[in-house]
Amino acid sequence: MHGSTEVVAGHALEHHFADMGQQRAAATLGMWVFLITEVLFFGGMITAYLVYRVAFYDAWKVGSEHMEFWKGTINTVLLLCSSFTMVLAVWASQVGKKNLLVLFLCITMLFGIGFEAVKGVEYYNHFREGSVPGQFWHLDIEGADVPHVQLFFVIYFVITGFHALHLAIGIGILGVLAFQAWKGKFTPYYNNPIEITGLYWHFVDIVWIFLYPLLYLISRKHT
Amino acid sequence: MWQDLPLWPNRASALANRVDALFIFLIAVCGFFAVMIFVLIFVFAVKYRRSKNPVPTQIEGSLILETTWSVVPFGVFLIMFVWGASIYMVEARPPKNAMEIFAVGKQWMWKFEHPEGQREINQLHIPVGRDVRMTMISQDVIHSFFVPAFRIKQDVLPGRYTTTWFHAIKPGRYHLFCAEYCGTMHSGMIGEVVVMEPATYQAWLQGGTGEGSLASTGQKLFQQLGCSSCHRSDTQGRGPNLAGVFGKPVLLDDGRTVAADENYVRESILNPGAKVVAGFKPIMPTFDKIINEEQLLSLVAYVKSLAQPEQREPVSNRPAVTPHSAAATQRKQ
Amino acid sequence: MATVAAPAVERENYLNTDYGIRSWLLTVDHKRIAILYLISITFMFFIGGFFATMIRLELLTPAGDLMSSDTYNKMFTMHGVTMVWWFLIPSIPAVLGNFLVPLMVGAKDMAFPKINLASWYLFMISAGLLLYVMLTGGIDTGWTFYVPFSTSYSNSHVIAAGVAVFINGFSTIFTGLNFVVTIHRMRAPGMTWSRLPLFLWSNYANAVIMLLATPVLAIVLVLVALERAFGIGFFTPQLGGDPLLFQHLFWFYSHPAVYIMILPSMGVVSEVVSTFCRKRIFGYAFVALASIAIAVLGFLVWAHHMFVSGMSAYAAMVFSLLSYCVAVPSAIKVFNWTSTMYKGSISMATPMLYAMGFIGLFTMGGLTGLFVAALGVDVHVTDTYFIVAHFHYILVGGAVMGYMAGIHFWWPKITGRMYSEVWGKIAAGVIFIGFNLTFFPQFVLGYLGMPRRYHAYPPEFQVLNTLSTAGASILAVGYLLPLLYLLFSLKYGEVATDNPWGATGLEWRTTSPPPTANFEESPVVTWEAYDYSSIPEVPVAR
Repeated sequence: MHGSTEVVAGHALEHHFADMGQQRAAATLGMWVFLITEVLFFGGMITAYLVYRVAFYDAWKVGSEHMEFWKGTINTVLLLCSSFTMVLAVWASQVGKKNLLVLFLCITMLFGIGFEAVKGVEYYNHFREGSVPGQFWHLDIEGADVPHVQLFFVIYFVITGFHALHLAIGIGILGVLAFQAWKGKFTPYYNNPIEITGLYWHFVDIVWIFLYPLLYLISRKHT
Repeated sequence: MWQDLPLWPNRASALANRVDALFIFLIAVCGFFAVMIFVLIFVFAVKYRRSKNPVPTQIEGSLILETTWSVVPFGVFLIMFVWGASIYMVEARPPKNAMEIFAVGKQWMWKFEHPEGQREINQLHIPVGRDVRMTMISQDVIHSFFVPAFRIKQDVLPGRYTTTWFHAIKPGRYHLFCAEYCGTMHSGMIGEVVVMEPATYQAWLQGGTGEGSLASTGQKLFQQLGCSSCHRSDTQGRGPNLAGVFGKPVLLDDGRTVAADENYVRESILNPGAKVVAGFKPIMPTFDKIINEEQLLSLVAYVKSLAQPEQREPVSNRPAVTPHSAAATQRKQ
Repeated sequence: MATVAAPAVERENYLNTDYGIRSWLLTVDHKRIAILYLISITFMFFIGGFFATMIRLELLTPAGDLMSSDTYNKMFTMHGVTMVWWFLIPSIPAVLGNFLVPLMVGAKDMAFPKINLASWYLFMISAGLLLYVMLTGGIDTGWTFYVPFSTSYSNSHVIAAGVAVFINGFSTIFTGLNFVVTIHRMRAPGMTWSRLPLFLWSNYANAVIMLLATPVLAIVLVLVALERAFGIGFFTPQLGGDPLLFQHLFWFYSHPAVYIMILPSMGVVSEVVSTFCRKRIFGYAFVALASIAIAVLGFLVWAHHMFVSGMSAYAAMVFSLLSYCVAVPSAIKVFNWTSTMYKGSISMATPMLYAMGFIGLFTMGGLTGLFVAALGVDVHVTDTYFIVAHFHYILVGGAVMGYMAGIHFWWPKITGRMYSEVWGKIAAGVIFIGFNLTFFPQFVLGYLGMPRRYHAYPPEFQVLNTLSTAGASILAVGYLLPLLYLLFSLKYGEVATDNPWGATGLEWRTTSPPPTANFEESPVVTWEAYDYSSIPEVPVAR
């Protein structure tokens, strides 16, 4: 059944695969396996967060009060929207609508950039407030368990920093793909890069779906 | 010549006999299996060598054999597990009335403090025939308190107390090693444990420096640092009265309950905001970087001494916590 | 050895299709990448071996007189770091696995050839960084990077070494990724899971561990580096952290890492034992599933490295019990290999000698593992030479023996030449004797109470230490011999036939060395694994 595919795809089939089906299946599995390693990477950090949250609950409460709830919420919405446009981009590549594909890739990128911008403002506010651990620390929290509040912020910055880094890499890949799509590289027979980048993008979103409640919601005062 | 080549370590604690018994059992069982495998390999290699047995007999496998050599070893393993765990549980639970010695590990020496006030470095004098409980802390990196003749080892951590205990049965001088790699002079962080007859030990104690007991040093410090102005021995203080606190559950302002052990007392001095007693404001300043580990130990010893029955008096400004209500508040969490 | 006339015109193979440095450095052929890895890790092995030699020389006398204690601390640290991450972990997967996985499944290459090459480049970058660390003063934290020593007290290149291990981790992940996808997606028609050679089963299990464990190591090293660079507390108690959390996360990686080192060797031994007994491996399914069981259970035992660390006694009991559980699948494997020899037609060629050495020494390493899993005994022997001996029996007696068995077994396939059988047997014997003389005395030393990582030691330990050092010098000779006769064989060795041992795997059904595309035509598998009825007997060395 793949005979005709190969003729159409031509150059896209790499030498060591028997057919496009095998190539596609291998690439998709490869991305899934890679994402599993990423789960472990973020899982290590989230475990540390939860262990310390149980141990130093009061400090975690104090730290959470310095999270900007609305910015976190806006970012959640931005990422959810970007996942939706990413799905649309994959669809556009499958049905071969080149211009729509480029458009959706660009919109997805814009949502991602919006997220990074909001995150940047949040970081800047933390810096001004003095809640960056280390030498810039001057948060005024009299009587609180200061070392462990710092610990909260260390984890916050490491975990959101790595998330933002992953997102930035995703934005870069989307940029390359949008350019290639514009050049007409992708066809309904060869759109695997779009699909597996979609997997990656959704994964980065899902990580945020875990981080958002952990960092912004669960330790807030119930008012 | 055999003095130069010891093959079995000294056996100087009650525990050593139990550990050695298990060790010998392990050697017997594992030796049996190892010899069995070696003999089988050797016999097969000779008997079925290609020149003798040119045509192999294909055998698919055997469910019965597979089951046997899964279940039988696992049964033997369970014996080892239970035996090993039973020894460990003895090690993990120091007897109640053990005599107490404090230890501070630092790069690269051991400091010991006896309750009577004697201090020593890299040497630990203890009497034979008594339970001795070690409460240990490190000033810098992780160390490990290891006395091979007693078959005990316990990591000594910075930032919190760990404990171990032993019961020496034979007078003598035994190696004390640091077993957790701790930097440049790790191999120089060694000393000796001197186990003495009780009478000799008493004589040794008399010859000490006479600075007074550890608890009394702590009491002096308690006055000097001004602790006593808030932690008063009546109900009027801005901090809780500390009499009778040690070893009891304490209700905190966030509704949790913690046991007032050595680690809690230590944390309350260094990081007072972490676990504030219910009914009090978080106004205590930190003493982190003001006092060192040895001074901390004397303060802990002092707070501990306040829990002695003769000093206990009713304390009304602290919410009473019974084990039952403690469990209830924990459930609410 | 039957002489086979070398073909007049050399057949085209992966070695002679192309020449020149570019054709090697830019290759995406898994076989050439395997050769690149072989050269790199051999170099790293002898660097690690140099450090081991220095350690043993220092310990010849009780006083620390050969080098300063700081230098000694750097020696054992760099020995551990080099051997663990730059030799043992990549050894069988990156060399033999890279070469054999596509051949054994009947594919033309790995699923992602470029990622495969990238893996080697990452390895080389990390190795370069490690060499830089070595040459500019070294690192002295022990290979375990324990905090707070590594974050606040060490004066050596902790961050650079951490970055090197971090990059090395990516190279491991890339290799594992390729294995999993290749074994899942690239199998030739008819190559079902139940026909998979056991080498692939164990490497599959191994790749899963690599993928799941390595990211945790990565995040731990990032946190250590951040803490050290910026003084922000994460693990250091003075800054609010918990050093035990570091140990938990580190061993969550590093215990499975031990299985990363041993599982591929088990796969090699399964192939070798079957081939030289001309017999299907006894209990194929059990040996295959035991690999998976080890991979799964291996993730549940990490805290048995921490029985004296101050964690809760009840947690210690759980981990002790689980450690006994993981011993069961290992025992199953040993019994099955031994049973495979029963009524076999056994040829004692060099690979078989190494494989038998593996079974014996791995059994001893595994059985002493039962000692250290027993809580009461572990308290006494942990952090002593007993542990050093135990894990060297697993990692040198086990993993390296398996690696040597594999290198000899597939040498004709990789290079197209036979090595000297006589020298091969001599070296195997020298290594076996040298190894036991080096490490058996260390069991006794450990129970006597000699702590590990000691630069100087009390005089009563000298006799045993001298024995150990004597053994190490024999072992060093044993490891140099193969380097010489294997290199010699490249030029002067007899030309190998396609299947010199009479083995059954797909890799033996192509030419030696194989062509770049591995097979003349894509294979279709119609036979079960280890079916010797279709393979004519080859008169190999007795």
